Amino acid sequence: MSTAIPTIEEFVRSDYKYGFVSNIDTETLPPGLNEDIIRAISAKKNEPEFMLNWRLRAYRHWLTMTEPRWPKVTYPRVDYQSIIYYAAPKKKPQLGSLDEVDPELRRTFEKLGISLDEQKRLAGVAVDAVVDSVSVATTFQKDLEKHGIIFCSFSEAVQKHPDLVEKYLGSVVPHTDNFFAALNSAVFSDGSFCYVPKGVRCPMELSTYFRINTANTGQFERTLIIADEGSYVSYLEGCTAPMRDENQLHAAVVELVALDNAEIKYSTVQNWYPGDKEGRGGIYNFVTKRGIAKGRRSKISWTQVETGSAITWKYPSCILVGEESVGEFYSVALTNNYQQADTGTKMVHIGRNTRSTIVSKGISAGHGQNSYRGLVQIRPSAAGARNFSQCDSLLIGDKCGAHTFPYIEVKNDTAQLEHEATTSKIGEDQIFYCNQRGISKQDAVNMIVNGFCKEVFRELPMEFAVEAQKLLGVSLEGSVG
Amino acid sequence: MQPILEIRNLQAGVEGRHILKGISLTIQPGEIHAVMGPNGSGKSTLAAVLAGREGYDIVSGEVRYLGQDLLELDPEERARAGLFLAFQYPVEIPGVNSTYFLKAALNEIRKHRGLSEMDAIEFLGFVKDKIKLLELNEDLLKRPVNVGFSGGEKKRNEIFQMAVLEPRLAVLDETDSGLDIDALRVVSNGVNKLRSPQNAALVITHYQRLLNYIVPDFVHVLMDGRIVRSGGKELALELEERGYDWIAREQRLAA
Ligand SMILES: Nc1ncnc2c1ncn2[C@@H]1O[C@H](COP(=O)(O)OP(=O)(O)OP(=O)(O)O)[C@@H](O)[C@H]1O
Ligand SMILES: [Mg+2]
Repeated sequence: MSTAIPTIEEFVRSDYKYGFVSNIDTETLPPGLNEDIIRAISAKKNEPEFMLNWRLRAYRHWLTMTEPRWPKVTYPRVDYQSIIYYAAPKKKPQLGSLDEVDPELRRTFEKLGISLDEQKRLAGVAVDAVVDSVSVATTFQKDLEKHGIIFCSFSEAVQKHPDLVEKYLGSVVPHTDNFFAALNSAVFSDGSFCYVPKGVRCPMELSTYFRINTANTGQFERTLIIADEGSYVSYLEGCTAPMRDENQLHAAVVELVALDNAEIKYSTVQNWYPGDKEGRGGIYNFVTKRGIAKGRRSKISWTQVETGSAITWKYPSCILVGEESVGEFYSVALTNNYQQADTGTKMVHIGRNTRSTIVSKGISAGHGQNSYRGLVQIRPSAAGARNFSQCDSLLIGDKCGAHTFPYIEVKNDTAQLEHEATTSKIGEDQIFYCNQRGISKQDAVNMIVNGFCKEVFRELPMEFAVEAQKLLGVSLEGSVG
Repeated sequence: MQPILEIRNLQAGVEGRHILKGISLTIQPGEIHAVMGPNGSGKSTLAAVLAGREGYDIVSGEVRYLGQDLLELDPEERARAGLFLAFQYPVEIPGVNSTYFLKAALNEIRKHRGLSEMDAIEFLGFVKDKIKLLELNEDLLKRPVNVGFSGGEKKRNEIFQMAVLEPRLAVLDETDSGLDIDALRVVSNGVNKLRSPQNAALVITHYQRLLNYIVPDFVHVLMDGRIVRSGGKELALELEERGYDWIAREQRLAA
């Protein structure tokens, strides 16, 4: 944490600094949604028959569904016929090497602090870069191949590994799961795919960086990660979008599968454009993330730092099927100005002696509304299951709100559950005490907030923990008078 | 020589209450001033106004600190300029590590003084002697700021922070309250170590006993928002013996 203070200071002077639009030559399909659009997306991607059929099934099911209204968030209805469902940077050749990436795109990512240049990139992190609807570059693929690890865009996986895709796609989040998952299944255009073979410990962090660039588009990506027996992978996703007055929809699906003794660690630093100080614009982030700990002693761990988006609605979940499998959820969700977040997790205990841990830290400032919604479900088969949940809320100012909705369903008497919850407020006394020691208001708030989030930051890969701290600093800019 | 602090006819209040009713006080470098007075007379209010706490209204008067207008500065600017307040009730800050907090504070002050920032290793070396001086349990510094500290530990921690930050002017608000005899000696030691021809201190206390350890150059009696009497260290002994009533009576007689 030693560098946090000066860096945050630099950051607090800037507003959302990822809000620029790049001038990238883009190919789009007309707005609106119907079977022709879905066929067109599938054709553009040269997909095998099973994919098109899968999409159409999802679309037909979606037509029968209505948008959920139950999360504690409010927003005007989305007009699904005005959204562009496919936008792709034009110069998308079959990239022989990373050198062929469109220079404007490359500059875009440089500006975001993501180098697509393998030499310059932090050693030990491979990146899949997704702009609007498609993946534009994946780094370190060759190195990973040596270990038998497949890390590529979803489109590439559909072409090169259709058997794996067909086997696992929708196996964790079926297209019938919910409104946004159904929509995603029908129209998703790209995303990341990863397969780690038996017994392999992935030697570097894998990451996907999502960028929405084109106006009026929705981003619907899909991520599928499979960790075969005894393997390990740590995966990180980041995202940003330009500042625009209208709202844009992001409806992603992430599926994780961990087989016997495998472990998947999935971290998110979510920084979509949150809208301006009056609450205009911003991304609607409606995401379904779920992992199945299928094998014995397998483990799925979600860590998320949610600072962006006008509205966030997501509940990364773990289905604990394998005996002694483990699920974890570590979350920091911050809402400032008029942001709303309704987030949490579901831990579904099915196997014997399954264990889960939930640590949720909600921070509300300005008029922000922050809800934790979590379900711990112990099925009859889950003898000896254990859960520990801790939900803490921190309020900055008196116009914001924090809400906690813990749901517990226990169908096996041998289960043990613990739940702790606290709400605290950053007090004027605390700020003044810091001021009196020479520390500015903003730094004082950052310090207290970072302290509050420590248990979650600890779970993030090192360099991203620093990034996350900076982000909180920026997001809280102006939250104290 | 330029005074460290010059308060001229300061009147101030909070939430519509008029509390300080015309205070004048000049502190020269090297001096220690004690302020005594009954409960509710305005001692902590004076400290809060000097430190720049929000919510206080300055009705009239002027405060100059090292030649600049103190009341114009933000609280953090005052702190960086070397004004330190040891709180009557130190504040707990959960989640913020004590060492980290103090290092951040020190570096703000060093930046202001044009010195380079200290990294964690330099800092630990720098504070080592001061920890010893205040006979502080090092484990405290690994804990969040003041969280779960005993009353005495909190007070000792204030003086430890003071020793690290090396202020030009230290305002100690009842730092002796709640200290046992040994702690009183240790804390006084800390304050005396800071004593130098360049620095000064304003020591608020109820007990003459502290002034046996920290020997003041001047003693002021604050009653109902005014300094009603000033004198040398003997005044504290007289107060100890006779209480405040006789001063109040003399005041009434004079009026
Ligand atoms: N925020 C406030 N709102 C209203 N009244 C206040 C406030 N702060 C202080 N006062 C009042 O102002 C008067 C002076 O308070 P102050 O804390 O300065 O006294 P003190 O001399 O430090 O007393 P003590 O010896 O008990 O510490 C008291 O009557 C107190 O109740
Ligand atoms: Mg007081």
